[in-house]
Amino acid sequence: MFTNRMINILIPIISVILGLLSGAVIMLIFGYNPIAGYGALWEGAFGDSYFFGETIRMVTPYILSGLAVAFALRTGLLNIGVEGQVFVGWLASVWVGVAFDLPMAIHLPLAIIAAAAAGAFWGFIPGILKAKLGVHEVIVTIMMNYIALYTTNAIVRHVITDGEDQTENIADSASLASTWLAEMTFYSRMHYGILIALFMALVMWFILNKTSRGFELRSVGYNPFASNYAGMSVSKNIILAMMISGAFAGLAGAMEGLGTYGYLASKSGFTNIGFEGIAVALLGANAALGVVLAAFLFGILKIGALNMPTVAGVPTELVEIVIALIIFFVASSYMIRWFILRFKKEGK
Amino acid sequence: MDYIIEMLNIRKEFPGIVANNNITLQVQKGEIHALLGENGAGKSTLMNVLFGLYQPEKGEIKVRGEKVKINDPNVANRLGIGMVHQHFMLVDTFTVTENIVLGSEPRKGLSVDIRKAEKEVAELSKKYGLNVDPKAKIRDISVGMQQRVEILKTLYRGADILIFDEPTAVLTPQEIKELIVIMKSLVKEGKSIILITHKLKEIMEVCDRCTVIRKGEGIGTVKVNETNPNELASLMVGREVSFTTEKQPSTPQDTYLSVKDLYVKDFRNVNMVKGLNLEVRAGEIVGIAGIDGNGQSELIEAITGLRKTESGTVSLHNKVISNLSTRKVTQSGISHIPQDRHKYGLVLDFPIGDNMVLQTYYQKPFSNKGVMSFKNVYEKAKSLIKEYDVRTPSEMTKARALSGGNQQKAIIGREIDRSPDLIVAAQPTRGLDVGAIEFIHRKLIEERDKGRAVLLLSFELDEILNLSDRIAVMFDGQIIAEVKPEETNEQELGLLMAGNSTEKAGAE
Repeated sequence: MFTNRMINILIPIISVILGLLSGAVIMLIFGYNPIAGYGALWEGAFGDSYFFGETIRMVTPYILSGLAVAFALRTGLLNIGVEGQVFVGWLASVWVGVAFDLPMAIHLPLAIIAAAAAGAFWGFIPGILKAKLGVHEVIVTIMMNYIALYTTNAIVRHVITDGEDQTENIADSASLASTWLAEMTFYSRMHYGILIALFMALVMWFILNKTSRGFELRSVGYNPFASNYAGMSVSKNIILAMMISGAFAGLAGAMEGLGTYGYLASKSGFTNIGFEGIAVALLGANAALGVVLAAFLFGILKIGALNMPTVAGVPTELVEIVIALIIFFVASSYMIRWFILRFKKEGK
Repeated sequence: MDYIIEMLNIRKEFPGIVANNNITLQVQKGEIHALLGENGAGKSTLMNVLFGLYQPEKGEIKVRGEKVKINDPNVANRLGIGMVHQHFMLVDTFTVTENIVLGSEPRKGLSVDIRKAEKEVAELSKKYGLNVDPKAKIRDISVGMQQRVEILKTLYRGADILIFDEPTAVLTPQEIKELIVIMKSLVKEGKSIILITHKLKEIMEVCDRCTVIRKGEGIGTVKVNETNPNELASLMVGREVSFTTEKQPSTPQDTYLSVKDLYVKDFRNVNMVKGLNLEVRAGEIVGIAGIDGNGQSELIEAITGLRKTESGTVSLHNKVISNLSTRKVTQSGISHIPQDRHKYGLVLDFPIGDNMVLQTYYQKPFSNKGVMSFKNVYEKAKSLIKEYDVRTPSEMTKARALSGGNQQKAIIGREIDRSPDLIVAAQPTRGLDVGAIEFIHRKLIEERDKGRAVLLLSFELDEILNLSDRIAVMFDGQIIAEVKPEETNEQELGLLMAGNSTEKAGAE
């Protein structure tokens, strides 16, 4: 009745439903109307073309940071450093965007590639430390996040600008923003980046499932000993996996730098794009299509939530609780799996 | 005669496979009843049904004559059924007593009454001659002792019916002897035992009756004193089985593998191979006999490119291959059937089909300019699965889901199919049943007869004597003697393996 594959698809869906239901219960307990609350959320995400554009704008970096985490997980690595890789990607793209004056056909791709390269470099460091010295990537990537945060701040203040808190706007020739998309969506910040994000999902699927390199990367992730026995270079594949993961994350930064904002301001804390990527990857079961769908859900929740306090009087924090509950239910998928199997048994 | 357990016409299905079909198992009170079958025949499934881990689709279970529904291991426990698992379920850092009472601790107020528990454990241990120290930590005691703790765990919970799941797989010969004594004393005290095994020797030695299952079907029950190992083997496999593989005398040709004055260090940086010399020629099987830990693993790893050498050379066809990358060694014509199939032989979470191209995935026709053709991969896999009789629902089934024998057959198929010049087979039949062992031995001899060189490492003297054309005895990192299998015997080999010289061993 249920194949394993179906169960794997059902778990995130059931988790989302359970998360929304628990959110409704919490709203009830605090005296809010859950139907009005979720109605406002829906309105806030899709109610008019502006909201829709903003939702897509939010989804774009989530797809890429989700892909970054998922790619690493598929190759047996836990990349907690996506946040930092987003920062360096953002910085690199903006830097290229303000420093040069080139035709768009060169400038925009150059800025995007610079972001990917910067993210890849930020992934290379924990990769080589793990491959050559056996240092656990989780610890290094967490620390690399702080290094990225404060280094980009310093570069923004003292290298790109002269003591300013934010860079100049990037040249139009490096921008992903589109007047056409903006006008269509009532001047939302939606940009062409969504196409890049969707394309990259395809790229990830292709690398992992269709190439011999992907076969190696997955093999090393599952069993480094057998991979070594089979003649694969374990350390090379670890480094490469971290670099590809970092490149995805760097692109997420480029979406913000070249698309949404067009500049980089020094930050007092993390953007959370990278950290949300972990949740997106988890909910998307580390599959390319799953990540895209999960990113959409997160984007809808985040943008839609902005509408909840004004329309239904429900605080936005509640959406954070709902998201946390969804993640909780995905993480405890064992429990849901148990219920499905139980149901399957009784159904017979 | 009353049956203490009756499993009647049990049927259990899994998606794509019928694991048990119409199996009947009737165990008398006070007997040791063997459950015999090849790897993957469905023995464990049947026992998991009895233990409440699976629900049968058909059939009924009676315990002490009463029909019962066991839908939970706790129910099985209450009915007095206890399982001694093959892979122990013990907490390493707890003491023997703590492990035994875990889950049903005697209490004194809020705390566990460990004194009382220790006394009870000591009494049980004495009663059945188990000789276990209740205060020892699990991590400090031997595997044999840990198994006794598992036995005590079931006894402490009041089990009358003990299921032993391949209990001897992890034990040394001495420990096996002791276990047999323990099983006999358990039966004497009125317990009943179901022994899951595929080792015929043990059945003949300790069991009263034996139920045979083959490919999920119940074949029947025989009295052990009215049968013999040959009959049991053919019941289990479904055809006549020979214990010694027929082969022609070898006709060795050119030297393929040549190891000269080789030194290899292990992970602790200690020299394990110390100036070893060895030759393997085309068309012969050279067996390496020796006690585990005399440098055999390091030698195999050095030959197959998994470990760097300190000095000396390994050459194939007079070309030095030592310290080349594993891939280069593989490409130069060496296949390797690794000792540990789970750690090295397979990516367990990959489909078995993907595992069939673990070394060749990047070559045509599996890959073209870096893009894989899984169609060609699975076509190859299908033909290997058929040729090597790998029993699996499909080529897409995860390697993890296959039984040990079928995993091993898949590895052997993959390694032989690459048409290597040299096959390095390290313990190729460890943990397998007679049917699979016979198959693998036949395949290795076939390869020898095709003119390939085979280097066999085994800790089973039977296997060494049976397969080798030449036996090299390894001791303390060197080959200390070379003997012909027809001119030696187990005693002489045993003495050589302990480090005695040929003359001395021959004189004894």
